[in-house]
Amino acid sequence: MIQLENVTKRFPGGQEALSNLSLSVDKGEMIFVTGHSGAGKSTLLRLIALIERPTSGQVIVDGQNTRRVRRRKIPKYRRQIGMVFQDHKLLYDRPVYDNVALPLIIAGVGHRDAGRRVRAALDQVGLLHKERRSPETLSAGEQQRVGIARAIVTRPKLLIADEPTGNLDPDLSLEVMRIFRRFNEVGVTLLVASHDIALIDKLGCRRIELEDGRLQDPAQEEDDEWL
Amino acid sequence: MAVTRHSDAVAPVRSSGPVSTWFTRHASTSLGALGRLAKHPFSSAMIVLVIAVTLALPAAINIVVKNAQAISGGWDNALDFSLFLKQGIPASEAEGLARLIEQRADVASVRFVSATTALAEFRELSGFGAALDQLPDNPLPHTLVVRPGAGNTSASMLLLQEELANLPEAEYVQVDTEWVQRFHAILDIVRQAIAIGGALLGIAIVVIIGNTIRLDIENRRDEIEVTKLIGASNAFVRRPFLWTGFWYGLFGGLFALALVFYGLYLLEGPVARLAGLYQSNIAIASMGAAEAAGIVGIGVALGLLGAWFTAARHMRRIEPR
Repeated sequence: MIQLENVTKRFPGGQEALSNLSLSVDKGEMIFVTGHSGAGKSTLLRLIALIERPTSGQVIVDGQNTRRVRRRKIPKYRRQIGMVFQDHKLLYDRPVYDNVALPLIIAGVGHRDAGRRVRAALDQVGLLHKERRSPETLSAGEQQRVGIARAIVTRPKLLIADEPTGNLDPDLSLEVMRIFRRFNEVGVTLLVASHDIALIDKLGCRRIELEDGRLQDPAQEEDDEWL
Repeated sequence: MAVTRHSDAVAPVRSSGPVSTWFTRHASTSLGALGRLAKHPFSSAMIVLVIAVTLALPAAINIVVKNAQAISGGWDNALDFSLFLKQGIPASEAEGLARLIEQRADVASVRFVSATTALAEFRELSGFGAALDQLPDNPLPHTLVVRPGAGNTSASMLLLQEELANLPEAEYVQVDTEWVQRFHAILDIVRQAIAIGGALLGIAIVVIIGNTIRLDIENRRDEIEVTKLIGASNAFVRRPFLWTGFWYGLFGGLFALALVFYGLYLLEGPVARLAGLYQSNIAIASMGAAEAAGIVGIGVALGLLGAWFTAARHMRRIEPR
């Protein structure tokens, strides 16, 4: 689903966020990226979402080399990826329903179809009864679930999440991760950046660790933590 | 929390008919833009007012010019030439000449004023009666008062004047069209000025709407970023702003019409009074449906133009970070 080949991302200032990173995520896999802040987790996700382009190397998502995606085609490219953010990035001037419906409206899905899909997505995150509420009136955990509903409403094959539990307490975090887990069970590939190693280990998923833009030896650590 | 797997939740994203989707999407976007204007009624009304005044100004001046033209057009045709004949031409010959001139296509009528009649008129009007009696004989010539036909242009009037002056019997042709021609020249200049001023005011409207929408875009920067982040194209994020421009232009145009018609209504009384004083039935030439539609259309076009310029320039700049 995702292949990174010798990807380096250097910022104008000169610092390297990612150094010669190679990585492969299979279809249907649920994988966590861990590491300290500044280790390059966000940059990795931003490269996949085409918010940034690599300085060198290839990023291939679902068979598409992002290098070949032209500027005008970026919106279309992004529509096939579901994205969840630490700060939810909801639009607070409209109700929950409208927030979740937005990707469908962008994709040009008809009204009735959109209604069914939005309700299905809200149902999956357990917020069906709050579709008329303003996001502001919801708790942090609920807001994040709205963000997740919005990310999955178009049924993307790939879901990427940047610190989705960063602002949540352990119980809510676990709940969010369980939701992710269920999507994974129906075939969605997930790439989640997180520093909550304890939580990740509860889920028993593959984990890679970044440090200074490089891959740590994951197998070794995984075994250590697993025991 | 239970996760239910709806059958339609797993189906691929399917678009309904492209035309109906396009239509409903535009309908909801336009209503959304309208709703946002309604959320800030005062500032929206101010902008609409500015646009309306800017549109109403050239439209109003245009109506004034049109009316001035209509009135002075009447003067043009009412102008008579006074053809003074040479002394010693007998009255019968003068009358024959009058009938001859009357047959010209560019002449409506000819009135023969004999020297005797002229003297009598002069005596009556001037009050020099006693002095005139001292004169040995009538110093006044026979005169033909030539009224040009209605179809004359200023060029054909000039030609008629020349031909009358060239008649062997003619002593002198008196005509006072110069001031009318000057007046027409002034109207032409005013009309040109409206065109130039109108163009400048049009640019002003584009700038006003552009600037308003630029502020709107800045205020909604986060929203634009998020929308782009989840796959919205530039066209998609631009659309509501184009609708905002459309509404500003539409309401500005309609309000401009209201201003113009209200102005005409205020002038109705005074003009009727003036017409009464002149015992004529002057009425203000108002605005036709086509002109009215034109003003609203120009408003809408300028609104869209202003919105387009700004949105196109700023949308590309705002990218998710």
